[in-house]
Amino acid sequence: MQAYLRSDGRKGIRNVITVVYLVECAHHVAKQIAAPFEDFDVHVIGFSGCYPNTYALEMMESLCTHPNVGAVLLVSLGCESFNRNQLAETVRSSGRPVDVLVIQQTGGTRKTFEAGREWIRNTLTELERVPRAQMGMNELIVGTVCGGSDGTSGISANPAVGNAFDRLVNLGATTIFEETGELIGCEQDMVRRAITPELGQEILACMEKTANYYNILGHGSFAVGNAEGGLTTLEEKSLGAYAKAGHGALHGIIKPGNVPPNPGLYLLDVIPDGEVRFGFPNINDTAEIGELIACGSHVILFTTGRGSVVGSAISPVIKICGNPETYRRMSDDMDVNAGRILEGQGTIDEVGLEIVEKIRRTCDGEKTASESLGHREFVLTYKSFEPIGPSCLPLALA
Amino acid sequence: MQNPEQYFLRLSANDNVLVVVKAILEGQEIEIEGVKVTSQKTIPFGHKVAARALSAGEKIVKFGMPIGSTTTPISAGEHVHTHNLQSDYIPSFGRPGEGGH
Repeated sequence: MQAYLRSDGRKGIRNVITVVYLVECAHHVAKQIAAPFEDFDVHVIGFSGCYPNTYALEMMESLCTHPNVGAVLLVSLGCESFNRNQLAETVRSSGRPVDVLVIQQTGGTRKTFEAGREWIRNTLTELERVPRAQMGMNELIVGTVCGGSDGTSGISANPAVGNAFDRLVNLGATTIFEETGELIGCEQDMVRRAITPELGQEILACMEKTANYYNILGHGSFAVGNAEGGLTTLEEKSLGAYAKAGHGALHGIIKPGNVPPNPGLYLLDVIPDGEVRFGFPNINDTAEIGELIACGSHVILFTTGRGSVVGSAISPVIKICGNPETYRRMSDDMDVNAGRILEGQGTIDEVGLEIVEKIRRTCDGEKTASESLGHREFVLTYKSFEPIGPSCLPLALA
Repeated sequence: MQNPEQYFLRLSANDNVLVVVKAILEGQEIEIEGVKVTSQKTIPFGHKVAARALSAGEKIVKFGMPIGSTTTPISAGEHVHTHNLQSDYIPSFGRPGEGGH
């Protein structure tokens, strides 16, 4: 696979310029700066809040130094609390071109449009000189998420992604799954798969935190619709989501922004630490994708049954549809038809292989369905985390 | 994993239930792992049937993992759902009586 070599040694599969609004008040200006460059990988991301949040700052630092990102333009109104100097310095130290436009200092909307577009024109030329390098499977990170699920997700698309995850790890890659709220009932199996007993204890603590969080929010139980769809028990429902994680050993537990230190399978803990403060852990699928990307994911495998259409800024999203009827109705939005497993037109193993091949082609530059359609969704909200414990990454200690 | 009848999907080699991928009608003759049975009821898409005869209290295995235990004996091809399968999951957290999470 041909990759973009960054000065920190990491390799990316895209060469994106991110235009980053640092408060909602700068969102329109950021969007308009990027608008003329729709045919290029110029992606708008941002944080809407005016009040500071350590998680949001660290997420932005991770995202703006992601290997798929080549350059960063920060757009600040001027009076918001976001620490633009720290973010700019982090990006600068990573060796990437970065500029900060402060709307209040630049002279308002129109002047900032012009300054931003000029910077992007120059930077696009500069990015053509980013060195290319061969990238091995051992340098690839793949995340997975499910959204718009239905009764098919757990029996076609998710097991197929699990099969792909097992193949990827066998090839030396790194894989990440998440959404612990949907894994309640799978604790003992995760403990069994953990590479050390101490990691198993961390997983149990994480799942206890998750259950407590959702209890307080009054969310996350087994619904009547689940039983109508043929699911009988909570553990059965969770296993349908857990199927995305395949069958391999669990190498560690990470939090948003932690990049796995060694290849293998990782669980991303997305549930904030401490008291329930800012509402739902992740308000939608896009928030989950953003966290997987902040952990270094080059590509996201997104399983859906009802038919989600979202893509993402920064990293390509490969859409794997579990429902054959949805696939036929929305095939323009889908990359892989896992629903054919349910019609006897393929096996979980065959679709797993197809997913790995699709990842290879995506890494080599082939656009995914959502990329071709211009999907570049992004959202980042308030959260708070404590650093991960020492037992969470057993191999990092060695 | 491929099923010649295309009515059932086996998710894992040691599963003792199969997933219905094409609705089965009441009175329809179906073949489960080589055994011919007549379905006593309509079983919708996404539901489960027993891959073989099961005794009461036996673990139901789907995805290669237990999803609960049977509450009654179940014959091959019979619908497996809330009337004959219950969760084994005893929450190690949450409040008793609320079903946990």
